[in-house]
Amino acid sequence: MSMKANTRQVDGVMIVDLSGRITLGEGSVILRDTVRDLVGKGNKKILLNLGEVNYIDSSGIGELVSAFTTVRNQGGELKLLKLTKKVHDLLQITKLYTVFDVKDDETTAIKSFK
Amino acid sequence: MAGKRVSLTLESTLDSVNSAEESATRFAAGVGFDDDEIARISMAVREATINAVLHGNAYDPAKKVGFHLERTRDSMVITITDQGQGLDPNKIPDPLAPENLLKQSGRGIFLIRAFMDEVQIRLLHPGTELKLIKHVPGAAGDNKEASQ
Repeated sequence: MSMKANTRQVDGVMIVDLSGRITLGEGSVILRDTVRDLVGKGNKKILLNLGEVNYIDSSGIGELVSAFTTVRNQGGELKLLKLTKKVHDLLQITKLYTVFDVKDDETTAIKSFK
Repeated sequence: MAGKRVSLTLESTLDSVNSAEESATRFAAGVGFDDDEIARISMAVREATINAVLHGNAYDPAKKVGFHLERTRDSMVITITDQGQGLDPNKIPDPLAPENLLKQSGRGIFLIRAFMDEVQIRLLHPGTELKLIKHVPGAAGDNKEASQ
């Protein structure tokens, strides 16, 4: 299953609903382009909904890290929402779980942005 | 299942990464690993093939990737070779080090080691061979150890 990204805005937060696989190639490129487009348009509150992401490889992990630093370098915040078990385990193994601000509930996540 | 082997020569393309992953998934299921172990094996194979295609052969169409699956007496053994400049196992940065934590790349070998029971890296001059080993629960080797 290839990756899809749909963007919506709720209370000033840009939520990117991702689904499928974030892997080397198309999946990573879609994520990169989506986040760069949002940042380029001045958005500084970005929430990546990974609830429908069933697979991610090291390239996808790298793309999440890159998105995080890109937004942070522009003075913004990027948070993660609804990790599947596989993605959660990968972020734990790579010690990135504590780097990202991870939320389970969308309303709580939106309110958590400054 | 014992003695079963698969040997493929793959192009240095992204399609080869997906093919290797799918082939390893089917093979691991045939060996009898549970779903979680199959997922770990598949991901390790994906990462190893990415290393061969991207970092080893650098997508060079003249260079091939060797892909070999084997069910030995007590293990599933995956051997992946490339024809690149060679990966020195002593020069692989630790992706968990604070200075590397936010780097975009460098987690492939780490994940392979996390998901497999044994990982052997051998320089081929030119190229690199990665041998990934996952022990089969309850297989001959495990029983032997348990009886000692």
